[in-house]
Amino acid sequence: MTYELRRRLSAAFLIFGFFLLWEVLCLSMQVSDLVLPRPTQVMETLISRFGVLWPHIVQTLWTTMSGFLLGVTVGVLIGAGIGISRTAYDTLYPLLIGFSSIPKVAVVPIFVLWFGSGSVPAILTALVMCFFPIVVNIATGLATTEPELEDVLKSLGASKLDILWNVGLPRTMPFFFASLKIAVTFAFVGSVLSETVASNKGIGNVMMTASSNFDVPLVFAGLFILAMLGMLLYVAFSFVERRVTGWATRREDFTAI
Amino acid sequence: MHNERTRVAVELSQAAVSFGRGSKAIAALQETTLRINEGEFVALVGPSGCGKSTILKLAGGLLQPSRGAVIVGGKEVSAKALRIGMAFQNPTMLPWLTIERNVMLPLKIVRPFRADYRLKKNSEYRDRVHALLRDVGLERFANSYPWQLSGGMLQRANLCRALVHEPRLLLLDEPFGALDQFTREELWGTMQSLWLKHKQTVLLVTHDLKEAGFLATRICVMSARPGRIVDDRGVDFPRPRTIEKTFEADFVALNQRLRELITRSRTDTVIEEA
Repeated sequence: MTYELRRRLSAAFLIFGFFLLWEVLCLSMQVSDLVLPRPTQVMETLISRFGVLWPHIVQTLWTTMSGFLLGVTVGVLIGAGIGISRTAYDTLYPLLIGFSSIPKVAVVPIFVLWFGSGSVPAILTALVMCFFPIVVNIATGLATTEPELEDVLKSLGASKLDILWNVGLPRTMPFFFASLKIAVTFAFVGSVLSETVASNKGIGNVMMTASSNFDVPLVFAGLFILAMLGMLLYVAFSFVERRVTGWATRREDFTAI
Repeated sequence: MHNERTRVAVELSQAAVSFGRGSKAIAALQETTLRINEGEFVALVGPSGCGKSTILKLAGGLLQPSRGAVIVGGKEVSAKALRIGMAFQNPTMLPWLTIERNVMLPLKIVRPFRADYRLKKNSEYRDRVHALLRDVGLERFANSYPWQLSGGMLQRANLCRALVHEPRLLLLDEPFGALDQFTREELWGTMQSLWLKHKQTVLLVTHDLKEAGFLATRICVMSARPGRIVDDRGVDFPRPRTIEKTFEADFVALNQRLRELITRSRTDTVIEEA
């Protein structure tokens, strides 16, 4: 436990040291806050304008989470389809790889064209950003079932659904949670991207407006908020993951983050 | 030897299997006729790749014969007239379930057990699993996870899983192949006592001639690919057999005879190919 504590303390110390270095360098080299604001300036902005920022935080959080939840649903369904059916694999996989190679900035204007600016394009962009890693991981998890085990179950008269439910899905759980942690950060990128292009609400919009007003500390405050939200959700999913798929790690001292 | 009144558990009549089509077709099994009566313990031995596992998969209904017929329990194998248990060399325990739940898996799937699974999994089914685990000396590990067990212990659990739903036909594909010599011999003893207790029909695929002699009531020798049965003989050493028995003259003689048959069938094919 002392080793564990020392590890955590040294990590916390180094992270703190990073911000301290940033602060000291900015002060000693007299960097203008138009170029790079100091961490203390960012924190000050964050606290003094929190009342104004709060509705935007809520907006970004809910579009991200809606997009993320939809993305998980779509991702699981497509992933399961690809993992089970050969035909689905052959037809959908090339399409998906093609789609995931498209820069999502290019998709936002199309969504705006279809649904107008605001929350809907943000949710949809979050969705398209985050569902691909889920698809890949679910499909991989389903494809790694041992053929011998499948034979044992088939000789017992198990249906495809029996095998999926008892073996396929539990086996994909570690893959699934690994992909959720990636997907949730991608969802943030998606919703903020859409907000910067076409919205009058949300952190993305705040940062856009602030940068055109040369309010650089506010831009950085926005970045800080996004980083914090992303980390928060990552930790939340790590926690659930540890509860659900502890069998895959086999270690008692497994740490979440 | 084949008494008309004994019931036939598995019957292959002129069953052949080939993979692929036309000129690229590869024959995995030549026309084979094999009849296994209920309660027999048949060992299938032969060089690797000779189609032993193919016969096993035919009996388990995992493979359809390209020609001929496979009758299990008096019906076409796909009709599932006989309850089947299977175990392979790889124990394939599910890592997220305890040994108890792993062994219980067939009861969750096989009719009629599955209907009462929710109701009985913590009472009747649990007791049944524990009784089996006690028979193989694993009772203390019922609540352990697979990664906490050794290879030999996992294979014991694997046997329990193949037996928990009281199958009338047990299909074993080199279940002791990946174990060390001592563990393997120990498990032969376990397997023998399980069989003496339940007397189900067993078809064991193995390349270990000693194992075949120790366990089987009948040994079928197969030639190299494409396989066919070249020898079929009863083994009537008294039961329960012991490891000491395997060093006695008549057992060793049987071993040598089998080895000869397999070696000859291999050289034959080599000459044919050349």
